[in-house]
Parts: sequence; structure tokens; C-alpha cells
Amino acid sequence: MFNTKTIIAALAMVAASALAAPAAQAAGEAPHIEKQDWSFAGIFGTYDENQLQRGFQIFREVCSSCHGARLIAFRNLAEPGGPGFSEAQIKALAAEYEIADSTAEGGVRPGVPADRWPSPFATEQDARDANGGALPPDFSVLAKARGVTDAFPWWLTNYFTGYSEGGPDYIHALLTGYHDEAPEGFDLPEGKSYNDVFPGHAIGMAPPLMDEMIAYTPGEDGVEVPMTVDQYSKDVSAYMMWMAEPGLVARKETGFRVLLFLFLFAGLMWATKRRIWKGIEH
Amino acid sequence: MSEHSTYTPGSGVEKWLDERLPIIRFSKEHLMDFPTPKNLNYWWTFGAILAFMLVVQIITGVVLAMHYTPNVALAFDSVEHIRRDVNGGRIIQATHAVGASMFFAAVYIHIFRGMYFGSYKAPREILWILGVLIFVLMMATAFMGYVLPWGQMSGWAATVITNIFAAIPVVGTPLLELLRGGFSVGNPTLNRFFSLHYLLPFVIAAVVVLHIWALHVPGNNNPTGVDVKSSRDTVPFHPYYTMKDLFGIVLFLIPFAWFVFFAPDILGHPDNYIPFNPQVTPAHIVPEWYFLPFYAILRAIDFNILFIDSKLGGVIFFGGSILILFFLPWLDTSKVRSGTFRPMFKWFYWLFVVNFVALTYLGAAPAEGIYVVLAKITTFYYFAHFLIILPLLSRLETPRPLPTSISESVLGKAHS
Amino acid sequence: MATQAEHHSTRRDFLFVATGAVGAVGAAAVVWPLINQLNPDASTLALASIEFNLAGIEEGQSVTIMWRGLPVFVRHRTPAEIAEAQAVPLSELKDPATDQERTKPGHEQWLVMIANCTHLGCVPVGDSGDFDGWFCPCHGSHYDSAGRIRRGPAPTNLVLPPYEFLSDTLIQIG
Repeated sequence: MFNTKTIIAALAMVAASALAAPAAQAAGEAPHIEKQDWSFAGIFGTYDENQLQRGFQIFREVCSSCHGARLIAFRNLAEPGGPGFSEAQIKALAAEYEIADSTAEGGVRPGVPADRWPSPFATEQDARDANGGALPPDFSVLAKARGVTDAFPWWLTNYFTGYSEGGPDYIHALLTGYHDEAPEGFDLPEGKSYNDVFPGHAIGMAPPLMDEMIAYTPGEDGVEVPMTVDQYSKDVSAYMMWMAEPGLVARKETGFRVLLFLFLFAGLMWATKRRIWKGIEH
Repeated sequence: MSEHSTYTPGSGVEKWLDERLPIIRFSKEHLMDFPTPKNLNYWWTFGAILAFMLVVQIITGVVLAMHYTPNVALAFDSVEHIRRDVNGGRIIQATHAVGASMFFAAVYIHIFRGMYFGSYKAPREILWILGVLIFVLMMATAFMGYVLPWGQMSGWAATVITNIFAAIPVVGTPLLELLRGGFSVGNPTLNRFFSLHYLLPFVIAAVVVLHIWALHVPGNNNPTGVDVKSSRDTVPFHPYYTMKDLFGIVLFLIPFAWFVFFAPDILGHPDNYIPFNPQVTPAHIVPEWYFLPFYAILRAIDFNILFIDSKLGGVIFFGGSILILFFLPWLDTSKVRSGTFRPMFKWFYWLFVVNFVALTYLGAAPAEGIYVVLAKITTFYYFAHFLIILPLLSRLETPRPLPTSISESVLGKAHS
Repeated sequence: MATQAEHHSTRRDFLFVATGAVGAVGAAAVVWPLINQLNPDASTLALASIEFNLAGIEEGQSVTIMWRGLPVFVRHRTPAEIAEAQAVPLSELKDPATDQERTKPGHEQWLVMIANCTHLGCVPVGDSGDFDGWFCPCHGSHYDSAGRIRRGPAPTNLVLPPYEFLSDTLIQIG
């Protein structure tokens, strides 16, 4: 059916189509980013509910004082494939926040599950003023707006493994990549911190996490999760990935069924085609 | 081509219809009975795959337009709204975005198949030219579609690509403002790109009709490049090629589904998840992979040529690299169509493929150091292939003997 | 020979039928999401059910709130309006319904209705008309203090949305 030349040509085409963005990223001096084992990686990947709840706790107690998540509605937190909060929990949570509503008395009202996560600052300028001129990025899709660069030719394998966890890997590396002091000879501007993976190394955000900073309550199974910067970073990265891609679990489940179907249908089509062409020399 | 028709209206109603609108007769002649060489290999299924992809893109695109808002303040969030809230939206959006890449992967295979088997040679020059026209329209459509999510890559792609037109002497700047509807890329740009992105696929569909029309006049080329001599050389399109093409489409759907469901963003760029900010350009801006070879050519001209400055020079070479395809039928004058019987052409063909892949790679590489030199060499070779190698080859090369007919060639194959 | 050919043709038929059937299932599975995307999306559904606090509404006062994109009248009726509505004999009504059917037991002072005239959808004006209820200025429909049609082109009473009292002052509509 296919001769050698055909296969070579196919490989050339695959290579051509695969030579995409990563080649560009390969250029700049890319800091090494340690890839983590994420529960949501791979064909059967799903979010770990407990991890998302812990990540949400960090987001709420630490990050959300500066970072918004304008695309996230409170109701999302109770939707399947997410942190798995109950409807009642979400209702109570939403009610703790004040939502700007021009039709409400006084312009604000308590939140309801349908509301979006309120921004910590009214305007972009307010956000900059409160953060030394730097704008804390919105978290809604941040985990998909960051990536990891692999050296040639290793990024080619990503197309076959479906590696889509570059965002959380980067965020984890960033949160664990702070140094108390900049290396010798690095001119760190006033008010900035030194970070291994942040482009240019001088980051406006001071190290946001410290060991033992947030108290985790042990889960029902009694397993105690370590309260370390590394663990906090993993949890909040996972949570940010969920915010960016809340439908990931459903998408992969559907995809698995679609692929099974396609393999079955391809097999049948192959047999049908062969049967029809039987007796025709071609 | 009514001589192929075996259609006799079965009932009175069919007869009545046939005398007024012979649509059943037409379908039977062109979709079912059409005599097709029986030795077409799987590379020939990409025509059907492309027709399928155009339908996929139009259907998913119409759906997305029901939920998308072409306004700079709302576009980014409306795409996220599709992904998050619309029923099945993440899949439909991913199918459209990944679909663009798959469409181009298929069209490149289709083009390179035509180049290897000499499908552009007489009497199929118009067929080839229409194909190149479709390719150009596809590039315009894909580019404008990429702008619609209004992320960083969208906005900067729009800025960079519209700036190409500013290189044109005298009318450049007024033309640039005309295209953008302003002094910079903004809301008018986005809104008109949306309008044109919706329009162009239907123009493509119309040219595809002409493309198939031009195909059905001489009929298909085939791997031997030898003309069909008798009905023993052909089989009816249905069921032989309908089923083979359908099998090809199903196989094609497997990698397509893989990307849609398991890595929908891997063919894109993370920066496009950052809303467009006209004050900050991303560190590395690269077009989508399918534009990279031509983008590499655009960037390779970083020197003035006589009175032409480097910017205009880049644009001329960029445009020329696509325009030259229109002239391919007259640059390759060899009488033998199929590369299979052209021992020297074969080598240069594969060299051209490698060179094209290299251009793809260089289009994404930063414009510095060794990459700049390589980009110049590969750009030169791209043009040399068409302007020097192909015309020379047809004079120097001694082709291998051709089989007398398609039937003979497949008989030989069956026993080997 | 004959049986062998027959055997072949059945196997062939089975293969073609199986392929066709699987293909049809696949096509249907593709068509459904393309139709389903037209249905209300998650952000719309999230607002399908709302809660509303009645505490601030004085007797005799009426407010209009929005529910699923429709205006909804919430009226705190006076005892006089309730008595008037309850006194109307069913025989006088174009679309017979008792006042009890128009309200929730124990909460007769609260009238919650979709504020679109059942004629052609205009929003009637409150505290007006010939029956101490609502009057639709578009085509002259008169509604009484229970929102029932009394005179004019409208065919039915003002529509009641599905709602329930979560507490004495909190209702959930939808």
C-alpha cells in the first residue's frame, strides 16, 4: 500500500507541520523548567478534586488580593470536573462578595453563583498604582498563556504525547524559583525580586508563598498534605489550569470515545474498501 | 461529458426533472460514473480530504459566528465564552482552530503530490492555477481568522502582515490605512476581518467548483502520468474512489481528533491567550506553522537590492514565492509527467521538499546568527528550483521508458 | 460454487451494512452537538433561577424585576385589593381563575406575574385600568388586582412564573 518513498514523504510532511512555534522559543536562552507529574496530563488525565480545593484556598487567601479571574463564575466551582464544591457552599461563598450592579441599591449587591469573580482593582491604573507600576495579570486563562520550551528535537515528541501542561509547569517553576538575593553582577531594580524562570529575571511580584503559610485541613482519608512552598505551588498551578481549562475532563472523556469510534470505523472502511476493490488490479 | 452517462430516468417524475434540471444526470456522471484511473494511490485521497475540510471549517465557522463578537473590547472574552459556556463550544472551537492546521497540512500534501506526479502539465494548467488560487485564498482566510480571537499573536499578526503593504512605493501608506481602517490595527480592522473571514470560504468553495470542473475535463492524472487509453484503465468513481476517499478521510480524522481532544492548543501559541496589547510585542512573534516557509522568505531579504530597499525586497520575494507557482506549468517543460520516470527530477524534487521543510524551520527560528545565512540559502534555492533547475532538467534529463498504458503498469506491479 | 458465491455475498452485505450503520451513528453523533450549541448556554442557564427578597416592598407598592430576560411584576397588595379580587365571581371572568390560584397560600398579599400582556407582549401600566389593576396601553387590555384579564383583546390572564417562597420574605423564581 505504501512504499518507502511514501513513508519518507509522510515523515517529511509531519516534520514540516511540526516545526512550529517551539523552534522560535528554542532560540532565547530558555531557563530549564522541571516538568511535574500532573494528574490532569495524558489521555486519562483528570483533575484531583482535593488538589483543586487546596489550590482554590491559596488563590483566595493569597493570590486574589492582587490577581483577578474575570472569566470565572462562582457557579463554575460547583460544576463537574472542577473542585467539586456543593451548590450551598458556592451560594454562601458568592454572598461574601460584593458585586457592582448599577440596578442595585447603592450600586452593589451580594454575589450570586451566576456572578463572575470580582476584580480586586476597579481599573487597570488602580492595579498598577497598588503594585509599583506592574500589572498583576488576570488568572482566568494564564495557565494556557504560558508554556515550556523543549530543546530540539524533544519538542517533536510533545505532538505525540499531547503535552499541554507547559503552563502549570511554568507557574510551578516560577513560584519555586525565587532567590533571596540576585546573583553576583545582576543589577536588580528597586522593588523587584530575582526569579530563575521569569523572563529577564526581575519580577515585580515579591515571593508570594512561604512554608506553613496556609493551613491545610487534612482530608477525610486523614492524609496530611505537606505545607511547603513546593506543594502550595503545585496546588495553585493545578487550580489555575482548571480555571483556564474547566472542561478538560469532559473533553478528554469525549475524545477517548471519539478515537475508539474512529479506529473501529477506519477498520470497517478499510475492509469495505478492500472488498470493493477485490478483483481490480490497481 | 455526457458520453459517460448511463443514466436513463427511471420514473416519470425523474424524466420530468431531467428535462428541466438534469441534476440527477449530472450527479451520476460526475460523482458516480466518472471514469477514474484505477491506479491512483493514497496521495490522491487528499483532494477529497480537502473538500471535507472545507465543509468542516464552514460548518464550525458558522456555528462560532453565532456566539462570537467582533469588537476589540469583547472578542477575546467571547471566544472564552464559547469555550466555557456554549454547549459543546470547546470542541467546536478547537475543531475550527485545529481544523485550519489540518486543512493546510492536507493542502501541502496535495500540492506536493501534484508537483511530484506532474499534475500541473498540459492539459491541466488551468486546474493547477485554480489550485494555487485556492491556496492563496486559504492563506488570506486563515490569516484573518487568526486575528479574530484578538490575543497578542492575533493583534501583532494583523499589525505585521498589514505592514507588508506599506512597503509598496507611493501608495503604501494610504493603502495601509485603507486596509486597517485607521492608523493602527483596531476595531475597524477586527470588524472587517470578521466580515471577510466569513465571506472568503464561500469564494473558496466557488473556486473549488471550478477546480473540479477543470479536473473533469481531462480527467485525473495518475501515478504513471500516462494518459488514459481505454476503459480498461479506469474504474467508475463510485464505489471505487468514494470508498477509498472515505477511508482516507477517516484515517485523516484520527490525528485531527487527537489534537482537538487531547492537545487543542499545541499547534497554536500560548501568547494568544493574552489579550492584545498594542503597547507590548511578545518576545518571539511567529506566524502559524503553515505560513512559516513564506515568512522565512519575507525575512531573508535584509539587504537593499539596487534601488529596492530591504523591506520592499522582502515583500517582492514573499509575493514572488507564491506567484511563481502560477507559472510552474511553463517552467517545467519535460514531456514526462510523473517523477517516477524522471531519475534526475526525483532527486531534485526531494531536495526541494527538504529545502521547504528547512524554510519552515527557519521561519520560526530567530533572525540571528547562522539562521540568517541559512534563510538566505534556502530562499535562493527555493527560487532556483523553479527558475533554474526545472527548466534545465527538462533539457538534460533522459527519462526512463514509460509504460504503454495504465493497465500494463498495474499488471507489472501485481506480479512483482 | 453457488453456495460459495452466496456465502460471499452475505458476508459482503454484512460488512457493508455494518460499515454504513457505524458511519450513520458517527454522523448522528456529530450532528447533535451542532444542534445542541443553539440551546441556552451555561451562563444563560445560571440565571434561569433567581432569588428575590420581598422585604423592602411596602404595602401597595409594586416593583418590576427581570427574570430570564422578561420583566416580572412583584406587587404587595393591600387588603382592599385582595378582598376585591376574591369577591369577583368566576362567571365574570374571561379566563376563570380564583384569587387563591393566582397566589401562594399564606402569602395572598404577594402577586408575582410575568409583566407581558398576553395579547402581544407589551408591558401593562400598574394602578390603572377599569378594574384597579393593570392597563395595557398598546391595545387596551384591562387586568384586575389579581392580574386577570377583564376586558380587551388579551386572551388570558397575566402569566404566573414558577416560583416558591423560601421564607416569608424570600422567593425563588424559576
